[in-house]
Amino acid sequence: MSEILLKLEGVHTHIGQYHILQGVDLEVPKGGLTVLLGRNGAGKTTTLRTIMGMWHASRGKVSFAGDDITAAATPDISCAGIAYVPESMGIFSDLTVRENLYLAARAGEMDTARLEWIFGFFPALKKFWNFPAGNLSGGQKQMVAIARAIVEPRRLLLIDEPTKGLAPAIIQGMITAFRELKETETILLVEQNFNFVCSLGDTVAVMDGGRIVHAGMMADLAADQELQQKLLGLSLHVHQ
Amino acid sequence: MNTTTSPAAAAGAPVDAALPKVRVDYLPLLLVPVMALVMLPLVGSFPTWVTLTFAGLAMGMMIFIMASGLTLIFGLMDVLNFGHGAFVSVGAFTATFVLLPMKGWMEADSALMNLAVVGLAILLAMLVTGLLGWAFERIIIRPVYGLHLKQILITMGGMIVAEQLIHVIWGAEQIPLPLPETFRGAFILGDAAVEKYRLIAVAVGLTVFLTMFLVLNRTKVGLLIRAGVENGEMVEALGYRIRRLFVGVFMAGSALAGLGGVMWGLYKETLTAAIGGETTVLVFIVIIIGGLGSVGGCFIGALLVALTANYAGFLAPKVALVSDILLMVAVLLWRPRGLYPVAKR
Repeated sequence: MSEILLKLEGVHTHIGQYHILQGVDLEVPKGGLTVLLGRNGAGKTTTLRTIMGMWHASRGKVSFAGDDITAAATPDISCAGIAYVPESMGIFSDLTVRENLYLAARAGEMDTARLEWIFGFFPALKKFWNFPAGNLSGGQKQMVAIARAIVEPRRLLLIDEPTKGLAPAIIQGMITAFRELKETETILLVEQNFNFVCSLGDTVAVMDGGRIVHAGMMADLAADQELQQKLLGLSLHVHQ
Repeated sequence: MNTTTSPAAAAGAPVDAALPKVRVDYLPLLLVPVMALVMLPLVGSFPTWVTLTFAGLAMGMMIFIMASGLTLIFGLMDVLNFGHGAFVSVGAFTATFVLLPMKGWMEADSALMNLAVVGLAILLAMLVTGLLGWAFERIIIRPVYGLHLKQILITMGGMIVAEQLIHVIWGAEQIPLPLPETFRGAFILGDAAVEKYRLIAVAVGLTVFLTMFLVLNRTKVGLLIRAGVENGEMVEALGYRIRRLFVGVFMAGSALAGLGGVMWGLYKETLTAAIGGETTVLVFIVIIIGGLGSVGGCFIGALLVALTANYAGFLAPKVALVSDILLMVAVLLWRPRGLYPVAKR
């Protein structure tokens, strides 16, 4: 059995008066790609933000590589090796592509070989290297956001709905990129687009109403139409 | 092209796209020269226009020095600091600890001695206001992050307390603050007279602006500040402690206000505890016109405000009282978020 890199045990998160996560139990094995599926409002984004310490769990425990990070501050969680790509991409539009990546390189200068590796995934970034990131298209901005997360080796990537609003051609490129990435990085990917992730994911967890309602191998879910219908319902049809 | 095995193919479509146009917004940059040129025929006399324009530029630079820290503080920390004027007052009064006892150096007919004493006064003022900024952030600002109404109330309260403390320490009387000997007088350019101190103010203002420009664009700390102004949460997600950045920027902004206070005090040649409060309205107009959080916008806004006040004071003194408000209304009708709005998450 794979080593567990990230573990959430009975995690509850409140945002103001709203009780969003209602006892999330989730395990992300080391290596490969884990997909977190669920409808709008299921609590997927809140789960990622709780892991990153942007919203703190009111109950439960978040462990990363055996360390309790439930109450840790976001910078400490980042320095522990978790990179985050938010749904909004969070790029700094006033800064150039180079500056966006430079800030993510905590060790100092960016590693040239690693940059070339990233340009292999996203050649557009090389072309627009000195352009303000705010001037790029939505797909290119998403590339900047992902490149920023991998500009240095990380132990875990949290990526929130990277295909949202992107053209099919760019989504195809993302699939290729993630297929390569998961060979070297551990990824927890939030998605609603089942077609995008069904061939990518190794393991899967499905959220509903602030809880994990299913966890298992992606191959099993992809092969079971009835289970898909039961777990994902309308959202699956909408995205297929 | 192999699209399944070669990572280089991952984003093939976008790389073929045309280079995006880098949109550089030049229009606000033209406002200052256009305003100056439009005023030339209205003023009528070229020497008078030169004098008014230099006076406006000098005043604008001093307002910029005071306002630049505030706009960064608002942009990065989302803090409405109505007590910013307190740092201007404290800076100006702190300088008297050096300027008054070293009166001999001030009155000496030696540029070197004059510069040394003013430089020392500025250093002390910036040190004291920087430290005061650190305490202000910890004690007054920190409990009210994200609470704008409370920020306004408590920072205005802080301003009142600072003014009263100045009364306690320095007394309620006005303190004369004469210019150093070699800073007095004017250069005569043809028929126009340009006061030496105004040229010095322009030089100091430009130096501060260029330094801020270089720091914000050429250093990692500067990049982090610009990134933090846009999306502080993401800066934290990259592993940086934005709270430390907050404190650093607050101290730097307060120290700049202290520098502005010394410059403004020497410009007025007299000090009252209300010196900071008097400039607060101008400073807020400037940062609103410039776009909250934008240093470049703040620079242009300060020049526009000061030139408008000077030209209006000459052409229509009755309008001068409201000229800056009218300018702000005009700019906001044209650009509701200011000249250079800062992108926010």
